[in-house]
Amino acid sequence: MSENSLPGSFEQLALPLFDQLYNFACWLTQDRQEAEDLVQETYTKALKGFGSFQPGTNFRAWIYRILRNTFLTSRTGLRTVVPLDFEGEDEKLPASGETPESILLGQFDRQLVRDALDRLPVAHREVILLCDVEEMSYQEISQALSIPMGTVMSRLSRARQALRRTIHAMQKG
Amino acid sequence: MGCDTWNDKLDAYFDGELPVEQARSLAQHLRGCSACSADGLARVQQKLSVRAAAQRFTPDPAFRSRIEKMIKPGTQPSRVGRWLAILASAAVLILATVFIVRSQGRAQQQVLGELADLHVATLASSNPVDVVSTDRHTVKPWFEGKLPFTFNLPDLQGTAFTLVGGRVAYLNRSPGGEMLFRIRQHQVSLFIFQDRAVRDSGGSERQTAFSFNVISWNHNGLRYFLIGDVGSEDLKALSELLRSAG
Repeated sequence: MSENSLPGSFEQLALPLFDQLYNFACWLTQDRQEAEDLVQETYTKALKGFGSFQPGTNFRAWIYRILRNTFLTSRTGLRTVVPLDFEGEDEKLPASGETPESILLGQFDRQLVRDALDRLPVAHREVILLCDVEEMSYQEISQALSIPMGTVMSRLSRARQALRRTIHAMQKG
Repeated sequence: MGCDTWNDKLDAYFDGELPVEQARSLAQHLRGCSACSADGLARVQQKLSVRAAAQRFTPDPAFRSRIEKMIKPGTQPSRVGRWLAILASAAVLILATVFIVRSQGRAQQQVLGELADLHVATLASSNPVDVVSTDRHTVKPWFEGKLPFTFNLPDLQGTAFTLVGGRVAYLNRSPGGEMLFRIRQHQVSLFIFQDRAVRDSGGSERQTAFSFNVISWNHNGLRYFLIGDVGSEDLKALSELLRSAG
């Protein structure tokens, strides 16, 4: 058995994440061609740096961090990402004020949710995607985004609230 | 614990990140609080809506195939493969070095062999030199017009060496000078060729060729060879005299 066919080889760890990485890259770049470039560069960097990856640690968080850092240093990333100026992270958040009926009305309108996600700042969009779509734990998100656990929790809360506001505004508008 | 406190923990609860004890307490609170239940339901439904809506982009099969090709085993060297490649490169380098050294060694031996032949032929000849003189001011000018270079000969007065004379010799189809010296009952040939004619004959060193002692050196684009059956100390002494003449 060759080294690369052993459990834990780069191929075995990285290939199953291809679809998710591509989807995440599309949400970050909002352009399919740029997403392809981003994913390809991510795989190239990950393959090159695989020797430094510690077996037993979280590969998914590791490769997402590579993708995100690659995006942040890309032309689109530098243009898109704006710093969040409200990450004091200790402000009390109000209740959502939702009723079961209001949410039920909008829950299957996927296009509305997509448009609302598109309008969110990248920092909010990515934390929601990593948690709700990739189903990462807070610990994984913390590693992927290189931010403390507490920041993950508060940013996620704010991001979800911002998404709710955006959906409401779009429904009303 | 009031609703405000629980409200802060709703996201963590539905994300499965709340510690077990707190999760149990919150579940109990939700059963008895309609406001927090409604809030919780809204959050869960938003989470589900996002999951459904955001799984949106599917990669092109051609792109998938490109990535698969890029990372599949065999397209990139494994660690073992990399080491094998390094070892193979090292082996090729060593073999090439050995080949070059051996080739140079063979070429060097070939030159020395030919010089030994020339020296023996000179000794065996009834007319070993074409200009017969012990005077360096006679021998050196004799080569003018016969060689494409010039050289100096030392004053041997007061030394054990005597200049016998000289003649033109050829090596690798290039003309050179051959001077014959005598020390006691031994005769030593000095060959001088342009460096390019004997490029592969080695650096400045003492060697032997067919039991003859040989000393060679470079000077001003010329290659000097002293060859004879004298001891190496005598040969060295003569080479130093010749070198001192420039």
